[in-house]
Amino acid sequence: MAHDTHTHVRSQAEYEYVRRQRAKEMRNQLTSFAMMIFLTLIAFTTVAADFSPYLITPIILLLAAVQVVLQLYHFMHMSNKGHGMVAFFMFSGMFVAFITILALVTIVWW
Amino acid sequence: MSSIAQKQGFGAMIWDYLTTVDHKKIAHLYLTSGGLFFLIGGIEAMLIRIQLMKAGNDFLSAGTYNEVLTMHGTTMIFLAAMPILLAFMNAVMPLQIGARDVAFPFLNSLGFWLFFFGGIFLNLSWFMGGAPDAGWTNYASLALASEGHGIDFYTLGLTISGFGTLISGINFLVTIINMRAPGMTYMRMPLFTWTTFVASALILLAFPPLTIGLFFMVFDRMFGANFFDVANGGNTIIWEHLFWIFGHPEVYILILPAFGIFSEIFAIFSRKRLFGYTALVFATILIGFYGFMVWAHHMFTVGLGATANAVFALATMIIAVPTGVKIFNWLLTIWGGSIKFTTPMIYAIAFIPSFVAGGVTGVMQAIAPLDYQLHDSYFIVAHFHYVIVGGVVLAIFAATHLYWPKMFGTMLSEKLGKITFWFFFIGFHLTFFIQHFLGLMGMPRRVYTFGADQGWDLFNAISSVGALFMAIGVIVLLINVVITTVKNERVGNDPWEDGRTLEWAIPSPPPFYNFAQTPLVRGLDTYWIEKMEGNKEGMLYAEPLEEIHMPNGSIIPVIMSFGLFVASFGALYFLDGDKSWPLPVLILGLLITFGSMLLRSLKDDLGFHISKEELIEDAKGGKMDGSK
Amino acid sequence: MDLNKRYTPQTWPDHPETATMEGKNKFVGFWLLLAAETVTFASLFATYLALKDKGPSGMEFAAADLFELPLVFAMTMILLTSSLTSVYAMYHMKNHNFKAMQAWLMVTVLLGATFLGLEIYEFNHYVHLGFGYTHSAFSAAFYTLVGTHGAHVLFGLSWFIALMLRNAKRGLNTYNAPKFYLVALYWHFIDVVWVFIFTVVYLMGVIG
Repeated sequence: MAHDTHTHVRSQAEYEYVRRQRAKEMRNQLTSFAMMIFLTLIAFTTVAADFSPYLITPIILLLAAVQVVLQLYHFMHMSNKGHGMVAFFMFSGMFVAFITILALVTIVWW
Repeated sequence: MSSIAQKQGFGAMIWDYLTTVDHKKIAHLYLTSGGLFFLIGGIEAMLIRIQLMKAGNDFLSAGTYNEVLTMHGTTMIFLAAMPILLAFMNAVMPLQIGARDVAFPFLNSLGFWLFFFGGIFLNLSWFMGGAPDAGWTNYASLALASEGHGIDFYTLGLTISGFGTLISGINFLVTIINMRAPGMTYMRMPLFTWTTFVASALILLAFPPLTIGLFFMVFDRMFGANFFDVANGGNTIIWEHLFWIFGHPEVYILILPAFGIFSEIFAIFSRKRLFGYTALVFATILIGFYGFMVWAHHMFTVGLGATANAVFALATMIIAVPTGVKIFNWLLTIWGGSIKFTTPMIYAIAFIPSFVAGGVTGVMQAIAPLDYQLHDSYFIVAHFHYVIVGGVVLAIFAATHLYWPKMFGTMLSEKLGKITFWFFFIGFHLTFFIQHFLGLMGMPRRVYTFGADQGWDLFNAISSVGALFMAIGVIVLLINVVITTVKNERVGNDPWEDGRTLEWAIPSPPPFYNFAQTPLVRGLDTYWIEKMEGNKEGMLYAEPLEEIHMPNGSIIPVIMSFGLFVASFGALYFLDGDKSWPLPVLILGLLITFGSMLLRSLKDDLGFHISKEELIEDAKGGKMDGSK
Repeated sequence: MDLNKRYTPQTWPDHPETATMEGKNKFVGFWLLLAAETVTFASLFATYLALKDKGPSGMEFAAADLFELPLVFAMTMILLTSSLTSVYAMYHMKNHNFKAMQAWLMVTVLLGATFLGLEIYEFNHYVHLGFGYTHSAFSAAFYTLVGTHGAHVLFGLSWFIALMLRNAKRGLNTYNAPKFYLVALYWHFIDVVWVFIFTVVYLMGVIG
């Protein structure tokens, strides 16, 4: 339960290395963001272009899935170390989410 | 109930329990209030059995019968069985993994108080215009038509206590993931800790659908939404799905901890390592996993189509496999063991045939065509009472006897314990075995009476006599508790003499910081290993004696939960339209809750430290712990 | 822990959000809550899909003619951008640059508030068309799904603001770093949910 953390003072070289790493990561984040905007644009354009719903629906769902992966793995760092349990529970949550949605779009008669 | 609390006087003790964030005291709170609700649910069960004792009885009116039946189910599942299991999880799990407290002590307290106020709110319905009367499943088509405020008490009360349970679930998961002592790998965790882990994971993923379903019901009944109103495009099947997506994992939330408790008991009193530990762990995980894929077997007769019924029937039957694995592991644990027939062990042995009977009827109902015959008959009532009473309640009684010394520092009388057992066990089979046949003879569930010409008189009378036996068993248990508490004979670390896991290596009850030094774990059954190697202290230490950091107590959880309790009254009467006070009350309640939330987040709470000197003093004189 | 302990960029830990036991616990606990939230929103989405375009017979509203994509597109861009600005805030948090972090959080809050304002405008517009909450099963499912998301946005904004005000004077330490990290996670999750809302509710709604 201890709050205390051991303070580690970085050397100048170490410090600059860490800063560079972070700046690099931030550039990657910008790339992810650009991709998200791009994917969103495609999704809206496909709908505006008025293709057949049978073509559009799978495409925009796929685009949404890619965006979510970008958010989870880049913005939310789920690919980083120490996220094993987190990933397990997120995927379990998605599994339950999936069967819930599947059930309510297939087996509620009306 | 440590000795220090008794010296403080009554008022101080109450304040201590209101503000505590200590997992052991929260366990006392859960056990006491869960026990209280168990008695209320039990009285409701007795009323049901008195009403059905003979044909054409008029002891309860039809409407009252519906209320009693609904409240019996709801109380027993949400307010009795689950909280009492949470009591044992709180009391034992952190000790088993060598932790000083749970991950979020404050949230632990908040979880309890939310449950408590939710439960009180639900039960106040009896005095405020009638209890809910649409069954514990509260099917929408019935619930929307129910007059009065009964259903509103149900939805709001369960929403509040559901939040409490979700919080507890997250808390236990994080505790087990992050706070295990050095060396306590996942595959060295005691089975009770494992089942707590999986049950908490089920709580995490199963409670949200219930909460959403309850919200829909609230919005429909109070704010004119149309989720379940067919005339306006709604669909009542949505409620059934959401309820059972929660409801089926819920029964595993109840039974898995029960499995864990029995696994501990079999190993302790057979004085043998648990047979097939790894298989038991994986069976537990598998049951948790399958638990989410079978809910529609509660809805076979809805008309979901042959494909859906076939898929869910198959999935349901598969669950029997991991459960069977468990049964055989327990049998093989007993096999060749040096058995001690203590009260918990007798419960555990009685559990196996009782639960298997319930499991077998479960597989029968998994066969969808047969379920069309059995659905809504007393056969179903018999089935789920065999798994819930024969599994969960027997486990609760067994754990009460097993962990009473660890929780309160005194031993329940073995003699009275066995009397309780025999009354309860015989009464249980007398009540429910015969209900299978009532079901096969065509008696439907949830009817308030039956005719003399239907030929169900004798079996119903026998069933009611059995219920009386169970009641006597529970009363003997209460007497046992009173006698034990008055006598107050303190016990040592390992009162059963054959404890295997870490909780038996420390005093009963443990000091509030649990472990003066964090233990080092070298394998499964930590304490047993150290005992066998002649380690007098019962454990190895992973760290030198140092000052310990502990969390501060807080009254905020009570206030926060009370705010929601107040707000619920406002919400309940809000749309009656003929009163002016509900809206202010609703706002006041929410202000109390969110205000105390804000206060909590603005005020730094850094906890306090116990110095090394105090710990040494404590180890010598037992100043802070209750034992000796 | 000493709250007055001053960190410099040199002494600031690599992962300040999990540098303490409390931080580690909050980190895992919050992710678990997000898993539960995933199921919560799945239940809402599932209900919405089951009740889409369902109403009393002769209902004049259908998703295909109700929703207006330009507004939704603007809302999407704003929320996506706010997700990026909170990433910037966390970048500066890790570099122990408190002022820059607060500035980026401020931008995030402003974007979030704009989003919320547009959502309120949108709802208000529909209600004026006669598509009120009690109108039909479709309207109830729509408002509850999108409204729950909106409530999450509101909660996230309050959380951001409370943290920014509370820590304005004392700067970053290992006690409040986990809190900033978690609210940023929460904000990303809100964005994830919105990605599905604009796809499933609006885009799939418009194509009928």
